[in-house]
Amino acid sequence: MVAHLFVVLLFYSFSIQAAEVKEHLLANGLKILVKEEHRSPVVVSQIWYKVGSSYEPSGITGISHMLEHMMFKGTDKHPAGEFSKIIAENGGRENAFTGRDYTAYFQTLEKSRLAISFELEADRMQNIHLLADELEKELQVVMEERRMRTEDNPRAKLQEYLMAMAYSNSPYRNPVIGWPADIENYQVNDLQQWYQQWYAPNNATLVVAGDVQAKEVFKLAEQYFAPIPIQKIPELKPQTEMAQVGTRRMTVKLPAKVPYILMAYKVPSFKVVEEAWEVYALDVLAVVLDGGNSARLPAKLQHGQQIASSIGVGYDLGARLEELFMIEATPVKGKTLLDMEVALKAEIRLLQREPVSAKELARVKAQVMASSVYEQDSLFYQAMKLGMAETVGLGWQKSEQFRDKINQVTAEQVRRVADKYLVESQLSIAYLEPQTMLANTKSGVHHAH
Amino acid sequence: MRTKHLLISIILSLVSVQAFALVPIKHWQTSQGGQVYFVASPGLPMVDIRLVFDAVGAKYGHATNRDTSWVGLRSLTQADLLAQSVDTFQAIISRPQFAQAEFQRIKEQKLIGLKQQQEKPGFIAKKTFYQSIYSEHPYAHLVAGDAESLRQIQLSDIKQFYQQFYVTKNGVLAIVGDLTQQQAWQIAETLFKQLKPGENAEELPQVNLPKKSKTEHIDFPSTQTHILAGMPVLSRKDPDYFPLYVGNHILGGSGLVSLLFNEIRGKRGLAYSAYSYFSPLEEAGPFTMGLQTQNKQSNIAIEVMQKTLADFILQGPTEEQLIAAQKNLTGGFVLRFDNNRKLLNYIAMLAFYQLPLDYLDTFSGKVANVTAEQVKSAFQRRVKTNLLQIISVGGL
Repeated sequence: MVAHLFVVLLFYSFSIQAAEVKEHLLANGLKILVKEEHRSPVVVSQIWYKVGSSYEPSGITGISHMLEHMMFKGTDKHPAGEFSKIIAENGGRENAFTGRDYTAYFQTLEKSRLAISFELEADRMQNIHLLADELEKELQVVMEERRMRTEDNPRAKLQEYLMAMAYSNSPYRNPVIGWPADIENYQVNDLQQWYQQWYAPNNATLVVAGDVQAKEVFKLAEQYFAPIPIQKIPELKPQTEMAQVGTRRMTVKLPAKVPYILMAYKVPSFKVVEEAWEVYALDVLAVVLDGGNSARLPAKLQHGQQIASSIGVGYDLGARLEELFMIEATPVKGKTLLDMEVALKAEIRLLQREPVSAKELARVKAQVMASSVYEQDSLFYQAMKLGMAETVGLGWQKSEQFRDKINQVTAEQVRRVADKYLVESQLSIAYLEPQTMLANTKSGVHHAH
Repeated sequence: MRTKHLLISIILSLVSVQAFALVPIKHWQTSQGGQVYFVASPGLPMVDIRLVFDAVGAKYGHATNRDTSWVGLRSLTQADLLAQSVDTFQAIISRPQFAQAEFQRIKEQKLIGLKQQQEKPGFIAKKTFYQSIYSEHPYAHLVAGDAESLRQIQLSDIKQFYQQFYVTKNGVLAIVGDLTQQQAWQIAETLFKQLKPGENAEELPQVNLPKKSKTEHIDFPSTQTHILAGMPVLSRKDPDYFPLYVGNHILGGSGLVSLLFNEIRGKRGLAYSAYSYFSPLEEAGPFTMGLQTQNKQSNIAIEVMQKTLADFILQGPTEEQLIAAQKNLTGGFVLRFDNNRKLLNYIAMLAFYQLPLDYLDTFSGKVANVTAEQVKSAFQRRVKTNLLQIISVGGL
């Protein structure tokens, strides 16, 4: 699984209900977080490594994701396929996912079987087999994955091109799955190095949520993970993005049926912001624009003026590097992408001039609070929020404070971030101009200035 | 003395049955005759409500799945908020506005959505697959419908559809959340109060099996070919339900350890995903195998898929494979309803299909009782390689 572009990952929790998070650090640097949640006799275990596509140098983009695939290919103790077989026979579900800033592996099990997951994860943290013939096959699988996710999906492809244009030097310009030429040319040695460099207890966080006792989880983790030696982890270069000094614009011509526009403004993430309130205000701004049917963009551009057929807004404050605030839309029949762009910008200008009303702000906050309760219905998601906040270097506590911080955001703060960040000079914009879908149509990308 | 002893043991055994019920489902009928299914789920201050209508014979395929159409509500349980949500929900289901302008707008939106789906080889494959396996049956069209029929729909059709299907006799209500039974009772009364009694939806026609196997390719400007193969097989109350379900788990239903996954991806690296599943419906729902692979490999992938199925039908599962599947299904059973959302899906499903209230409690036992011989026999009788419909969509 590759992190999807428009998943808005909000970090928060409902403090009234939320179980306390308990933390424990092993001598070898492995951090363990436990959230006791006794609604169902189930446990989720996730191990998060601080490595992802934003750690990758050019030439081997996507290698974190490739390694994630290879991590199912066996060790001395458990040959290829056995990991999955053992989890399956224990009624478990498992998989893994790679994002820009993390690689994570997870199992969900009936609560008494947590040790099985620990034993297997501890084993593959240090003993994975990276063999040439397995790589050859799995590389084909990843190429197929890329075809499925990106190559044959015009909107995903446009998003990939847009990221590569919006960022000048930040590693966020590369797709998580990697560029095709890089994927085709991985060597066993590349993977071996990547594995040795980043897979170590002191570069990982183990998150456990479910019907467990924290003390026992710590004891169990000690038993399986403590023998793994600590290791020197290389220091990441900052790769701070160059300042953007004007609008960037592109037209993507691909076989497609429906036009589409994607606008992306450079904005800070939590990790790089100077004044923390700004990211909370940006988060509220995203909900003002697109939180449900009564939000600004659906109410005015879909229902009111009837320019848009669909609209989406995405902002992930939990990124490690400078982030993009994205707005995507599909115009209705008879409206052009330019009409759409003009209408979206008019809504943004309105937010820059006038603070949202007290009533609107209250509605938006109520909505954020309600979803923070609903999200707790998923054990997996609760563990994920903790793992992600910890892995990008924010600390899991940030995810627990989210609700209170959102409550403190004022209407003037929302106006100020709109005014400061949603500006022309920080904008990258892409139009999808559908080309005929006859088989074997040539396709390409054209830059405009 | 004896009688007394007997009485005590009966009481005890009743109590123990209660205690062992994994999911205690309460079922009752409202004063207007509405069917209600409720599970109290304390812990989070929220509730999920789903009103499911039988919309079979849905002329325009407007239903949200092939048998039903439902409306749902998720709300916090704080008293004032809940009261407000239930009021709004009740107004929506009993007094929908159906304004012409809004209807036109949504119709246009749906048409653009459908048009965009045409960009996806997977969508074209699915649409063609359903047409191919169901031909004249109402299951033949996709839930989203197709542009042509959607264009013809008028507001009067929507109003008629609503009046015919959104009625008490034709609906079941499922509630899961942090409520007492008394609260759930009140909500159910409120929701059914304004609905008309109406009539049950007509029964669906039986599904006719395809007459012979068919392979169809559609040219599409994509780098991958999407392949779907299958036929109608399984209904919700099918006597072969458990052997087929467990068998498919081995064949292609168990993710990273299934036979199809192993043959297509593990051994040959032909695809990212390779799977099979049964979708049980009121009438025979589809058995589907699927994968997607780069165009030049599509023939070999289809061959491997067909051979894996044929071998499985011929030989049935090994004892080892069967035990592994049973362990996975029973050992992970609690994972299927470990939150309110998943639980609601189960409750709504068993309410709609009138499955017994102990469905979840007896599920694991039924899985554990399946034998290798039953799986083999069920696959041989029900999944016919000579009736398989194989659809591929992609480039050359």
